[in-house]
Amino acid sequence: MRCRKCSNRAVLGLPRHNTAYCGPCLTEFVRTQVQKAIKVQRMFSPEDRILVAVSGGKDSLTLWEILLKLGYRVDALYVGLGIPGYSERSHEKVERFAHDVAEACGSQLIIQTVEEDAGAGTGVKELANLIKRPTCSACGTIKRYQFNRVAYQNNYDVMATGHNLDDEAARLLGNVLNWQEEYLQKQSPTLPASVEGFSKKVKPLYRMTEREIAAYAVVNRIDYLVEECPNAKGAKMLVYKDVLNRLEAESPGTKHRFYWGFLEKQKKSANTSNHSMTDIDQSTLLPCETCSQPTTAGICSFCRMMARAKTATR
Amino acid sequence: MNVHLSHPTRDIALQGPKRVADIFKELQLIPEAFLVIRGQDLMTEDEIVADEDTIEVRPVISGG
Ligand code: SF4
Ligand SMILES: [Zn+2]
Ligand SMILES: [Zn+2]
Repeated sequence: MRCRKCSNRAVLGLPRHNTAYCGPCLTEFVRTQVQKAIKVQRMFSPEDRILVAVSGGKDSLTLWEILLKLGYRVDALYVGLGIPGYSERSHEKVERFAHDVAEACGSQLIIQTVEEDAGAGTGVKELANLIKRPTCSACGTIKRYQFNRVAYQNNYDVMATGHNLDDEAARLLGNVLNWQEEYLQKQSPTLPASVEGFSKKVKPLYRMTEREIAAYAVVNRIDYLVEECPNAKGAKMLVYKDVLNRLEAESPGTKHRFYWGFLEKQKKSANTSNHSMTDIDQSTLLPCETCSQPTTAGICSFCRMMARAKTATR
Repeated sequence: MNVHLSHPTRDIALQGPKRVADIFKELQLIPEAFLVIRGQDLMTEDEIVADEDTIEVRPVISGG
């Protein structure tokens, strides 16, 4: 296979674009797509300070690298979840990237751990068991909370995550299958800082598939953790992704038509509706009585979780 | 050839030479969910893996 742009040996075929690229042309293609996402979805400007959530996996490290290469002011946050083996290895990948690549660009890494919140020796799984919640749901609450808190307290203008096209299309499929309309509304690559205490959230990789991102990481020698979190086994998202990839194989472009079509419809209905998401948030969210992060309940889900964990250990 | 797979980590032997596309078929894997890497280089589906080669078939789908 030859690169469609320069005729050198191709390293990746992109059936959804009916093309193929060599390493340097793939790198240029991915960076251009990310820049386009940032512009089209009004994510941030070169003056903004960005905080990217990193896990040591391909998406988040690639996002960190691309934003640095594009010249943005970006730092990273790693939340240690206390998952035996996996957390140590993911932490190591993140530290290595920070040391080998990010530091030279003046970009810093912030580390936060679940053990600090929940008490020494407690990982996310033990914490979830203690309060009788599924591990991934407790984990999600912790990550969202810490990320928002660190971004807000350190005056970052925007927080970025490595969610890609596969993530967003799979989530959309799940939301549509269950007709979760309230979640559909929040499924946008850019979510505004709707109320005091919330940071703006963006997903600059939403135009790229997982395979394209992994290929970019390999070509650019980004040393990421291939291993998955052991708690991801059996996750619904994996089933949705598999179904979508089977459709993609039959009809290249299915994933992006599905998700981008949704974004088009969302834009149209936002133009005609007189209740924006910001209006809804402002009328339903109040500061948490304990930590003052915005919540629809009196006490936010993170604080309720920590309070329950404390009574359970007593 | 030696084929390295993940989730769970394992190595299997296949008879070469073989096209990458045929390796996917033989292992019943969807190309969209994997990358094939020889040394440090990515391989496209039309390329041929020699019998003495070692390749990694790396999953790209994450579930978290
Ligand atoms: S798979 Fe579950 S426990 Fe593991 S990082 Fe993801 S949300 Fe957390
Ligand atoms: Zn090229
Ligand atoms: Zn709270």
